Amino acid sequence: MQIKQEKSERHVLTLMVDNEAGTLARVAGMFTSRGYNIDSLTVADINEDHSTSRITIVTNGPPPVIDQIIAQCERLVPVHKVTDLTDAGPHVERELALVKVAGKGDNRIEAIRLADIYRARVIDATTGSFVFEITGSPAKIDTFVALMREVGLVEVARTGVAGLMRGSDQS
Amino acid sequence: MKEKSGAEILVDSLIAQGVEVVFGYPGGAVLPIYDSLFEHPKLRHVLVRHEAGAAHAAEGYARATGKPGVVLVTSGPGATNAVTGIADAFLDSIPLVVITGQVATNLIGSDAFQEADTVGITRHCSKHNYLVKDPADLAPVVAEAFDLATRGRPGPVVIDIPKNVQVASTGEKQKERNRHNPPSKADFADITQAIELLSKAKAPILYTGGGIINSGPAASEALRELAELTGAPVTSTLMGLGAFPASGDKWLGMLGMHGTYEANMAMNQCDVMLCLGARFDDRVTGRLDAFSPNSTKIHVDIDRSSINKTIHVDLGIIADVGTAMKQMIDIWKSRKTKSADLSEWWSRIKGWRAVECLNYPENKDSIMPQLAIERLYELTKDKKPIITTEVGQHQMWAAQHFHFDEPNKWLTSGGLGTMGYGMPAAIGAQMGNPDALVIDIAGEASIQMNIQEMGTATQYRLPVKIFILNNEWMGMVRQWQELTYEGRYSSSYSDSLPDFVALAESYGWKGIRIEKPGDLDAGIEEMLAYDGPVMVDCRVTKDANCFPMIPSGASHTEMILHSDEVSGTMDDEAKALV
Repeated sequence: MQIKQEKSERHVLTLMVDNEAGTLARVAGMFTSRGYNIDSLTVADINEDHSTSRITIVTNGPPPVIDQIIAQCERLVPVHKVTDLTDAGPHVERELALVKVAGKGDNRIEAIRLADIYRARVIDATTGSFVFEITGSPAKIDTFVALMREVGLVEVARTGVAGLMRGSDQS
Repeated sequence: MKEKSGAEILVDSLIAQGVEVVFGYPGGAVLPIYDSLFEHPKLRHVLVRHEAGAAHAAEGYARATGKPGVVLVTSGPGATNAVTGIADAFLDSIPLVVITGQVATNLIGSDAFQEADTVGITRHCSKHNYLVKDPADLAPVVAEAFDLATRGRPGPVVIDIPKNVQVASTGEKQKERNRHNPPSKADFADITQAIELLSKAKAPILYTGGGIINSGPAASEALRELAELTGAPVTSTLMGLGAFPASGDKWLGMLGMHGTYEANMAMNQCDVMLCLGARFDDRVTGRLDAFSPNSTKIHVDIDRSSINKTIHVDLGIIADVGTAMKQMIDIWKSRKTKSADLSEWWSRIKGWRAVECLNYPENKDSIMPQLAIERLYELTKDKKPIITTEVGQHQMWAAQHFHFDEPNKWLTSGGLGTMGYGMPAAIGAQMGNPDALVIDIAGEASIQMNIQEMGTATQYRLPVKIFILNNEWMGMVRQWQELTYEGRYSSSYSDSLPDFVALAESYGWKGIRIEKPGDLDAGIEEMLAYDGPVMVDCRVTKDANCFPMIPSGASHTEMILHSDEVSGTMDDEAKALV
């Protein structure tokens, strides 16, 4: 017997939630308990009074599953609003990564040259290493990290995607 | 404001919510609450014998009365024992408020005595849960919890209260929050579209579920009127039995795995399906890609996540099902809508009914379980009994052969399928309806899962009747092993059974044993005549199986009607389905 796999789509969802204990566990745990995927997840409180947080989740699944994910998120009591940025129209997505590279000689020069091209900033330097800060779309960061692998990549920290709708409306 | 302890605030809040009965079991982490209860004799506490019993009793109370059931248990094992009942209420959408004690806030996370992460454990089997860390939060949390449990799609809500929060005093009260805005009325355009589809249908069907019962008695009334107006036949899920009268001429019987031939064939062949408060559960649909292939589907549900979850529908209506039906009726009438000619549809249904799928072989020597249920129905129907069940063959036979004309009379564990549900549920139902006849139709295996609750019935003088169909097997397991595993009966024999009559007597109950078909009526009459709890050990045919049946992985048209159609093997795809 074979277990069938269905074609997946990538979707970026943003959730406006109450900033209280357990909310993240509720959202993340719902994904696990119902078998949905989380590719990345970011969360931070965004209100002056610290009452509300925005969660940005990148997930993937066939369209009916994405629809179920949104409906299941909406069922959670501390979740006030769910927006599917991928479906809602033009939006911006950004991710930040810290990339540590170690090396000497040509590798070191190549690393700083590539970083310049990719508009990565040096935020720490020693005689044998750099830490770059790079912001951009996940694809751009993927490419940059792949290049750094060839010139002495040590480690990477990524924030996951944060996203907003384009234009004047609130998502 | 006068200073009050957390425990006092909690008890006052429960009284303010109109709570009359609490099902619970004391322990270290809820002693302050129990001390407050001592001061409030108006709030009746039912002491169960195991916390699972408390949760199921609260479910039975809720299902039979329409009011939320309240549970009070201690931390650690008290809470974990109640989890099955919480999960059961979650799947069957039963309103519960479960209060659990917790170790003091400064001990949380230290693996303290009787500490368990109750909010963590119940997070995904409750509608919502709280860990209350400040007594000033208690009143607003209780208010929100009752609102969440009862409005919208009902469900269990857990409030975990550390012991020091129960003891601490406060004169303050946090503001009440209202984060809950469930849908009620349906969109006008959707309702008119639904009526348009229904009125043109040549083969319509109303597929109803537990949502109608949850919506309240008015929804059951509306369903009757809607069926009358549209002329459509009505079928129901296990959870929805009673919403439409089984004595009505439009009633097709239950649908699904052990549903009637006419209900399943009509579901398969209909051209417009109106699903009212049901959720296309796998026990109902059978094989998904063969489910009602040619119908236009309309789904009314209060929970948006139920729509398009397993079956794609053409028109999803998010609303309270009772309100939506009322809207349909009003518009149908005001526009003087007429149904299409349904005579051909009804003649096809007549043909399916003629199969008489619920017939079973006669047996002169031993009691056929179906016969036992039929006699129980005939001899009790005038008393309008409340029936609870355990889980297994007896449950399906009860659903097939006991007939309900009113809502809130049929209490069963549908979604989770919890053995051991029936007796505590009967106790809860009896607490809420002291004068009603409450019967738990049980199996000899299931009944042992919460047998300790016999003591509860004795203590509170609850005259519940437990009617055990005793075939000495975990019958449904044995049936599946016969159908799927060539009769390799791995661990499905109920060995070392107690003497149920002697057991009944030891708890101060009456015990009755029925062994021969000729003694059936007399035994049932004797049970009914006794003014107190009775346990009936009804010895039934050991090898009877429950038919009709849609085997797992099959479609509605592939029903097995009799045991001689069974091959005894199944492919891996089918075996992988539950």
